Amino acid sequence: MTAASPRVERYSTGGRVGLVLAAALVLALLSGPFWLPSDAMRLVVQFACLLAMSQMWNLLVGYGGLVSIGQQAYIGIGGYALFVLANQLGLNPFVSVPIAGVVAALFALPTSRVVFRLSGGYFAVATWVVAEVYRLLVANISALGSGAGVSLTAMLAYDKGTRESITFWLAVVLLIVTTGGVYWLLRSPLGLALTAMRDSDIAAESQGVAVGRIKLLVYVLAAFGTGCAGALYFMNALRISPDAAFGMDWIPLLFFTVIIGGIGTIEGPIVGTLLYFTLRQVFGDYGAWYLIALGVVAIVVMIRFPRGIYGELAVRFGWRFFPIQRILREPK
Amino acid sequence: MPSPLVEVRNVTKRYGALTVTRDVSFSLEAGEVLGILGPNGAGKTTLFNVISGDVAPESGHVLLSGVDVTKLRPHERCRRGIGRSYQIARPFGGLTVFENVLVAALFGAQSAGADANARAVDVLDLTGLRSKANRLAGGLTLLDRKRLEFARAMATDPKVLLLDEIAGGLTEHEAAEVVAVVRSIKERGIAVVWIEHVVHALVAVATRMLVLAAGAKLAEGDPKDVLASADVRRVYMGIEA
Repeated sequence: MTAASPRVERYSTGGRVGLVLAAALVLALLSGPFWLPSDAMRLVVQFACLLAMSQMWNLLVGYGGLVSIGQQAYIGIGGYALFVLANQLGLNPFVSVPIAGVVAALFALPTSRVVFRLSGGYFAVATWVVAEVYRLLVANISALGSGAGVSLTAMLAYDKGTRESITFWLAVVLLIVTTGGVYWLLRSPLGLALTAMRDSDIAAESQGVAVGRIKLLVYVLAAFGTGCAGALYFMNALRISPDAAFGMDWIPLLFFTVIIGGIGTIEGPIVGTLLYFTLRQVFGDYGAWYLIALGVVAIVVMIRFPRGIYGELAVRFGWRFFPIQRILREPK
Repeated sequence: MPSPLVEVRNVTKRYGALTVTRDVSFSLEAGEVLGILGPNGAGKTTLFNVISGDVAPESGHVLLSGVDVTKLRPHERCRRGIGRSYQIARPFGGLTVFENVLVAALFGAQSAGADANARAVDVLDLTGLRSKANRLAGGLTLLDRKRLEFARAMATDPKVLLLDEIAGGLTEHEAAEVVAVVRSIKERGIAVVWIEHVVHALVAVATRMLVLAAGAKLAEGDPKDVLASADVRRVYMGIEA
């Protein structure tokens, strides 16, 4: 005779609510091109790209403990890969977006050999230096438009409606793949190992976790997602330049969305990205005041709520719309 | 003659000019409990680090069931049956107690799904942590952190368990609990190597004792004989014969 064994609970009520909300949102978004005006669609694409980049950065930093301040390398490589694939190799630009992500991932492999030699703050600086190296390389290649950049002429083959609709749908797919992908990954055993590594990589290694391999995997996955987001972002912009693509400006943006939203949660970057776009829409026309407002919000949140906005709500109200915990329930 | 379960052969480890482990050898069979004693800085934890693979020795070998594992990474050694705890507990603070142990069951013991869950629950029972399964490990008390170190090492399904000062800082009663758990592990046929300053806890369960001083082996043998030896009394306990 054996006693009834406890069961492991993966979904809470909040988790079911989260899935239903996410599914409703995705369905609503998919119909977007039929009722949204052009400028709103462009905004949603920008939102999706920034959220995707934020989720990838959150995966790296908030779960993997790999504090990179050089993800703009993969935004840029993804963006430029799209322009090369579509403009110069004549590939379908929409099909080129995921391929650009693969190109970014391929660049991440040798890059990891360099930056993984260092850890902590040194790792962070190395990732930044590497991104600068990529920026300078691209700025010196005349076929890529040198410092002035290039336009996505391949898009001339499509009329405005088709172009905007497909870009928009790609953005919805990007949202599903990145946010959904991170959620799925974190719920898997690999996600458990990732969190363990973040908290103590020595202990994780001694518990049988292949720390080196998992770090590499996460780094390459993040490069893929960031590369896809970069490609889509510059497809939406129709133009790319080294300073826009590889610029350091991306990093404070990711700091804002991820850290202010709530690092180490899936909901946090969503909240942070929403907040960023709200501030931008409201204060965007006020020039320097807009930047001051962003800074003030960042400072206030960091001092008052170091866990970030969602992190604070999650602790205070026990909210979890994307639960990744395993709760052991004893039999009644 | 079959190979011993664990064999440490002529291990030497230096940090710069400082030799922290000097030509240390010993072997261990299943079901044995080897107690390791020695003053601070004698190289006890370094010896564990060499066995578990956290540091590479300058010379010497570590063998598990006759297979040389000296070149293997810590996670590979763990999967082959070397489980360890750390002197300073290193809980995965963002995970629950259950999830902490599950990491070891999934990746160390390489069990999956329901098997991994069952193994984790079994170990939580063994270490008295089951009622705290859903607490975040970052908020545990010292005793519970030590229990968790122990639980995780057990959940990796070890053939040999390396315990680093798990009774240090505990009350008399708590130390006695630890001794009882180590005894039950020994009865499961798992070899234990236990570094401890709480000598009476060690004597209560050790089948053999090894004393290190300044990185070298000072004495090895039956616990009572070792503790009675003049060298050990002088070096470790500061008693002049």
